[in-house]
Amino acid sequence: MSHAEDHEGTRRDFLYYVAGGAGVVATGAAVWPLVNQMNPSADVQALSSIRQDVSGVEPGTQLTVKWLGKPVFIRHRTGAEIQEAQQQDAEGVDALPDPLARNANLKPDAPATDANRVLPSPEGEAAGAWIVQMGVCTHLGCVPLGDAGDFGGWFCPCHGSHYDLAGRIRKGPAPENLPIPPVEWVDATTIKLG
Amino acid sequence: MSGIPHDHYEPKTNGEKWLNSRLPIVGLIYDTIMIPTPKNLNWWWIWGIVLAFCLALQIVTGIVLVMHYTPHVDLAFASIEHIMRNVNGGYMLRYLHMNGASLFFVAVYIHIFRGLFYGSYKAPREITWIIGMLIYLMMMGTAFMGYVLPWGQMSFWGATVITGLFGAIPFVGDAIQTWLLGGPAVDNATLNRFFSLHYLLPFVIAALVIVHIWAFHTTGNNNPTGVDVRKGSKAEAEKDTLPFWPYFVIKDLFALAVILVVFWAVVGYMPNYLGHPDNYIEANPLVTPAHIVPEWYFLPFYAILRAFTGEVWVVQFASFITGGIIDAKFFGVIAMFGAILAMALAPWLDTSSVRSGKYRPMFKWWFYLLIIDFFALMWLGAMPAEEPYATFSLIASAYWFAYFFVILPILGVIEKPLAQPETIEEDFNAHYGKADADATPAE
Repeated sequence: MSHAEDHEGTRRDFLYYVAGGAGVVATGAAVWPLVNQMNPSADVQALSSIRQDVSGVEPGTQLTVKWLGKPVFIRHRTGAEIQEAQQQDAEGVDALPDPLARNANLKPDAPATDANRVLPSPEGEAAGAWIVQMGVCTHLGCVPLGDAGDFGGWFCPCHGSHYDLAGRIRKGPAPENLPIPPVEWVDATTIKLG
Repeated sequence: MSGIPHDHYEPKTNGEKWLNSRLPIVGLIYDTIMIPTPKNLNWWWIWGIVLAFCLALQIVTGIVLVMHYTPHVDLAFASIEHIMRNVNGGYMLRYLHMNGASLFFVAVYIHIFRGLFYGSYKAPREITWIIGMLIYLMMMGTAFMGYVLPWGQMSFWGATVITGLFGAIPFVGDAIQTWLLGGPAVDNATLNRFFSLHYLLPFVIAALVIVHIWAFHTTGNNNPTGVDVRKGSKAEAEKDTLPFWPYFVIKDLFALAVILVVFWAVVGYMPNYLGHPDNYIEANPLVTPAHIVPEWYFLPFYAILRAFTGEVWVVQFASFITGGIIDAKFFGVIAMFGAILAMALAPWLDTSSVRSGKYRPMFKWWFYLLIIDFFALMWLGAMPAEEPYATFSLIASAYWFAYFFVILPILGVIEKPLAQPETIEEDFNAHYGKADADATPAE
């Protein structure tokens, strides 16, 4: 018997829709765990906050630590480097390829001034002495090299992105400034990431 | 099966009849290997067999390599060295597998460009072409994931760069990238899933290969003239064709033997020529190699990916009209996948009614330029991202798209094709003389 013939059976139509709908929901419910198992597991998520002693990082040097599987650049800038980074502020940050600070500790629309990029200094140090940022090029995720590039900051060897001394993109294919992770001082010589 | 009329399998003995009425598998195999094949096929038609051989080689060597490999970030690199130094003949198996991937891509590129020149993608073979493009995409996915498994520096950073492409997708990119990697960065979870999929995909490819063969056995092979086989009667069809077995099998196996001589020389004497020394340094998430280069077979599309930077006006225009949703990074990703999609769309972009490039005087030159363009992109993909390579990459990428989206549609309208032979038999006799015409195949 073809069901095209019994058109009066609205009850039967209803049962088709219910059965079909239940089948779709059940399939979705069965597929979701198979998709979700690929998301980060509990042990991966647990490593989301670390502490780092930075007392050994002399001015003019940089420490690279691994956080969330990615490198974080902790740079102790010299007075000359601070000055050079701040010069760009006078020219106006709107002219930069990415005018936003990309600082997780500030509002998303904060402008990319040097002051919005650096970590507030501990007592007894010049403002802007420390900058902490993800060492991950915003183009395709390579690790930029320190003390390199046309702007004295970082240079990504993969596709030629140049970042300045405040980690702001200045030239090349990368669309954004190096992101600044959630970071704060725990005591005078220790910072906390995440 | 529809298509070219030919003899079918007839079960003779009682045993054959018994099997045939339960599972007609002998008939299926007979019809497949006895398929009437245009007798004018030239040497560009041997690469299908080479591809089948490569798939078998990769599956067989792959299965035995897995018996010694450990998919864990702490052990993967060491287990590869274990294969190279301790496993009996392990270095040979691994070199075969590594260079087998290269032979696979050499063959697939020649096979694809053969199709592009002789119009094998045109009606009625669009499905064969699309399935072929899917196989090619799967091959790229499989090769990419396989390259990550040794857990060297290029493995790690290649994986980082390529999964970063998915991060460029607006709004959902970061979530997709995290989902693909199983964490915030390439790590153990990534290695394990790539291993799982690298083992799975070749079998999916094998299934698609069967569909690919099924599709062109339904339509019949294309041939260098692009002229259809006469299908009016069996006698007529036999003037244009010869059975695949033994005529073409023997020819293809001879070609395969010649190619394997070269392949074996590469595997034996220069097994690392096509690889990168950086991949013999264990993966280090804190140090990027000075120059990240994909394997040679990805270079043309890698060059297209890098060509579209924020300084290019097309990119700025796309960014402007989408309100910044399509930025330079996402544009590059679209361009790279678009370059492959353009090939897949060739059946509908080519407006010419003539299949074979042999009879298309203008098309020929644009096609040769496309081949040069392909090699130029391959060279540019290996060069650093700086001038003058950036400009060259942009020009070469532009030609790739122009060929498919501008030149193919326009040529069909303005080009005056040359006269094509009436039949395949006529073309065959013009090449090999009338004398052969009555040397019909032994029945």
